[in-house]
Amino acid sequence: MSRLLASCRVLAAVALALSLAGCGPREPETAGRPLTVQRLTEKQYRQITADVFGDDIRVVGRFEPVVRKDGLIAVGTNAATVTPSGFEQFDSMARNIVAQLFEEGRRDRTVACKPPAVNAPDDACAGLVLAKYGRLLFRRPLSPDELKARVAVAHDASMASGDFYHGLALALATELEMPEFLFRIDSAESDPDHPGNMRLDAYSKASRLSFLLWNTAPDDELLTAAEKGDLNSERGLKRQVDRLLASPRLEAGIRAFFTDMLAFDGFETLAKDAMIYPDFNATVAADAQEQTLRTITDLLVARQGDYRDLFTTRRIFMDRVLGPIYYVPVVPKHGWAPYEFAEGDPRAGLLSQVSFTALYAHPGQSSPTLRGKAVREIFLCQKVPAPPANVNFAVAQDTSNPDYKTARARLTAHRTNPTCAGCHRIMDPIGLALENFDGIGAFRAQENGTAIDTSGELDGVHFANAKDLGQAIHDNPAAASCLVDTLYKYAGGQAPAKGDRDWMRWLNDRFAANGYRVPALLRTLALSHGFYGVAEPGKASGISSATLRLEDQR
Amino acid sequence: MTITRRRILRGAAGGLAATVALPLLDCMLNTNGTALASGAPMPLRFGTWFWGCGMNPSRWNPKATGADYEITPELKPIEAIRAHVTVLSKFDVLLDGKSNFVHSSGNLGIRTGQAPAQADQNELPTIDVLIADAIGGTTRFRSLELTASGNPRHSYSRRSTSIVNPSEGSPVAFYTRLFGPDFKDPNAADFKPDPAVILRRSVLSSVSDDRARLAAKVGAGDRARLDEYFTSVRQLEQQLELQLQKPPPAEACVMPKKTVDGPVGQDIEVSTANHKLLTGLLAMALACNQTKVFNMVFSDSASSLTKAGTDKTHHTLTHEELADPQLDYQPQATWFGARSLEAWADFVSILAAVKEADGTLLDNCLVLAHSDTSFAKTHDVLGIPIMLAGRAGGRVKTGLHVAGNGEPVTRVGLTLQQVMGLPIDRWGMGAMQTAKPVSEILV
Repeated sequence: MSRLLASCRVLAAVALALSLAGCGPREPETAGRPLTVQRLTEKQYRQITADVFGDDIRVVGRFEPVVRKDGLIAVGTNAATVTPSGFEQFDSMARNIVAQLFEEGRRDRTVACKPPAVNAPDDACAGLVLAKYGRLLFRRPLSPDELKARVAVAHDASMASGDFYHGLALALATELEMPEFLFRIDSAESDPDHPGNMRLDAYSKASRLSFLLWNTAPDDELLTAAEKGDLNSERGLKRQVDRLLASPRLEAGIRAFFTDMLAFDGFETLAKDAMIYPDFNATVAADAQEQTLRTITDLLVARQGDYRDLFTTRRIFMDRVLGPIYYVPVVPKHGWAPYEFAEGDPRAGLLSQVSFTALYAHPGQSSPTLRGKAVREIFLCQKVPAPPANVNFAVAQDTSNPDYKTARARLTAHRTNPTCAGCHRIMDPIGLALENFDGIGAFRAQENGTAIDTSGELDGVHFANAKDLGQAIHDNPAAASCLVDTLYKYAGGQAPAKGDRDWMRWLNDRFAANGYRVPALLRTLALSHGFYGVAEPGKASGISSATLRLEDQR
Repeated sequence: MTITRRRILRGAAGGLAATVALPLLDCMLNTNGTALASGAPMPLRFGTWFWGCGMNPSRWNPKATGADYEITPELKPIEAIRAHVTVLSKFDVLLDGKSNFVHSSGNLGIRTGQAPAQADQNELPTIDVLIADAIGGTTRFRSLELTASGNPRHSYSRRSTSIVNPSEGSPVAFYTRLFGPDFKDPNAADFKPDPAVILRRSVLSSVSDDRARLAAKVGAGDRARLDEYFTSVRQLEQQLELQLQKPPPAEACVMPKKTVDGPVGQDIEVSTANHKLLTGLLAMALACNQTKVFNMVFSDSASSLTKAGTDKTHHTLTHEELADPQLDYQPQATWFGARSLEAWADFVSILAAVKEADGTLLDNCLVLAHSDTSFAKTHDVLGIPIMLAGRAGGRVKTGLHVAGNGEPVTRVGLTLQQVMGLPIDRWGMGAMQTAKPVSEILV
């Protein structure tokens, strides 16, 4: 007893010492990462136009298909470009947005100044409008030359059309089509704290923060902080980071991150066989995502919970669309209500939710292999190699064979093939634990009249069912470090440098020390020095181009 | 709403006469229908048509070569259109020591002349992009991509891994893009450049003002991506420029009726119906000279087609279905293959039904149809089924069967590019490089 007490005292002393030291161990140095050029995502484009022009503005058009790289769309945006048909769409969206902004009754909100004559150019008024929106769209003030060029476009177009507003509208549309808007083009400057090194300039920093935490462009206050140089001081940066983290808009940022990580874009084209799964439709697909995102933001943001609890939580949200699939009565006619699965319920954690089990399944059947692969790759960051080309599946995949009634039986037979065994051994046991959930995630105890055996093993930990599997992932050290890795890639659009192992370990340690709370991890990342470090392949040219940029601004 | 805007635009552009199409009189054509009497040739078009998961070689490949080959069980769907089609069997994708990346090595091998070093990585542009670069600059659209599945990601028209020309899967969206307010009827009696288009073009050119400064700011890889963006801007400018010139008349061009979207999805009945709608619109887009290059994806690589009420996709069936011991093939998977070929026959028939000059629209096309595997169960990339359709304005023969007997499939791509007028004498990388066209089909 007294011994226990003593050790408690020691622990308390250590905790006190840590808290006195501020943020614990010092942040290791990093080599920095190359500058990125990321194409805006559809969600970001829509959010920015809503933020800048109002959320009543309709954005109508088709966006370029996403590019997923290294597991994330955020990394893909750093490789994506704009194809001819994609630009055609951006052009038509821009003209359409601007047409709404200049509609009768709305125009005076868009254009705060009044031209002396409506049928002639007015550079002063056009300049005010184009500078105001240009700054928000480009995420930095336009340089005097840039503004002059936009005003000239408005001038000429007003002249040619004999209509001030028409000319201004056309010029404003170009701001929505320019690469400075459609791409997040990072800029670097030399780092006075580390002579000879480069860092992101204040505006790029502001963008990175805002896209990470809110999934949209910096607001006026953040841009002003960048302009004043606040983001380069520890205090100023902290003030902005804490403001962004405290805002309700953080939820949008967390949602965007998990939507990308969980590859929810797959739902856009997910189809289920209507005869086998008559309960599945587009509303179910949409609400299944919403259910998971609500579970996530509730646990991580509202309750400031431990990330790993996402794999075990019995708390979920239900609406009347999903109730029947979960066999759960839902009280409110419309909207969502929290629901807690009973202790003995087979469901707990994200992996037992429809958004996971339906997405990783075939149109007409479940797929232990797809599910196992997704768990390995998405939640544990373990890459499963591609299957060999010449595989004989037939022997074991005959569902009419009386010996192989369940997926387990069929896959076990399949694993007797040594070329297949290596990979299937790491995927199937995970997926088989989820076999109680059919191709759309509804519960079933049997397959083809045979009871489903959900037992298995994950990296040495044995489990009996889906709930235990959730616990095994919760306890697996790879789960937390995978989240840190994925978040880093998401935040910067690229993987961490190989040489930054110490820094990544530091980030992991901070995550653990903060109780695996994601907002705290975001804060550590956003306040770190390494997150803004820049390494350029040809360092000399990097410095000169950045210097150029600085001179431009002066 | 659209109609009103069009009326207003037309009114502005010069009066009511504009809507009446003038048929091109036959006496204005030369005798073989491939050129106008003035000497200007009929436009020559190139396209691709793709279906996933191949066939059963023993039931698909004809034995005899030439024009008198026998229709094999799996070629039955093309029997009625065999005169328009040439079957190419036993041309191989050579992996050159690289892995066989399932459903990607074969497809990219045929389209880029090189087996990929990583799954789904395009080291080289696909053949349609090469051809569009050469001939696509004079029409409103450099190329048009379509998919029956409705999934814009189902596109195998790629300049590189990250530059994929997205496919259009909605007939309404495709109609609006082609025949919406920006459409200029090539047969309109009078033509006046639209002042609104003049203005748009000059405003748009300002988007590229800062190109040089931006290029100086970024690394080489990002510069290439921004270049691609600026190329796309330039292309829209060219589109607008073309709208300011009186288009050459197009006899076969009839503005199609406004269409409606049906259901979209991978159910084979849904895909088949959507494919017909899209093909009908594409035929008019070609007849109205809106593009010279097109790509149609009937089903994706590793076909995700489904049949209502069955639990497995076409792709899953190719791997998991047991061969029927009596038939000695997989009946359900094979059924999907037959349906895919029926869709190809629909496609060819729709293009062949449009009269152009004294032949058909199809006669002035060259279409490459192919799959991603031969026998899908083993992802075999040897002898992937290939068919050509159309006479390319009299430059190629049709109705033949040519057997490659293990020759590299790049011979086909080389031939197509040469027929389309590209000045190349060899194509393909490594073991697939060839300088030998498929001369049997050349006129």
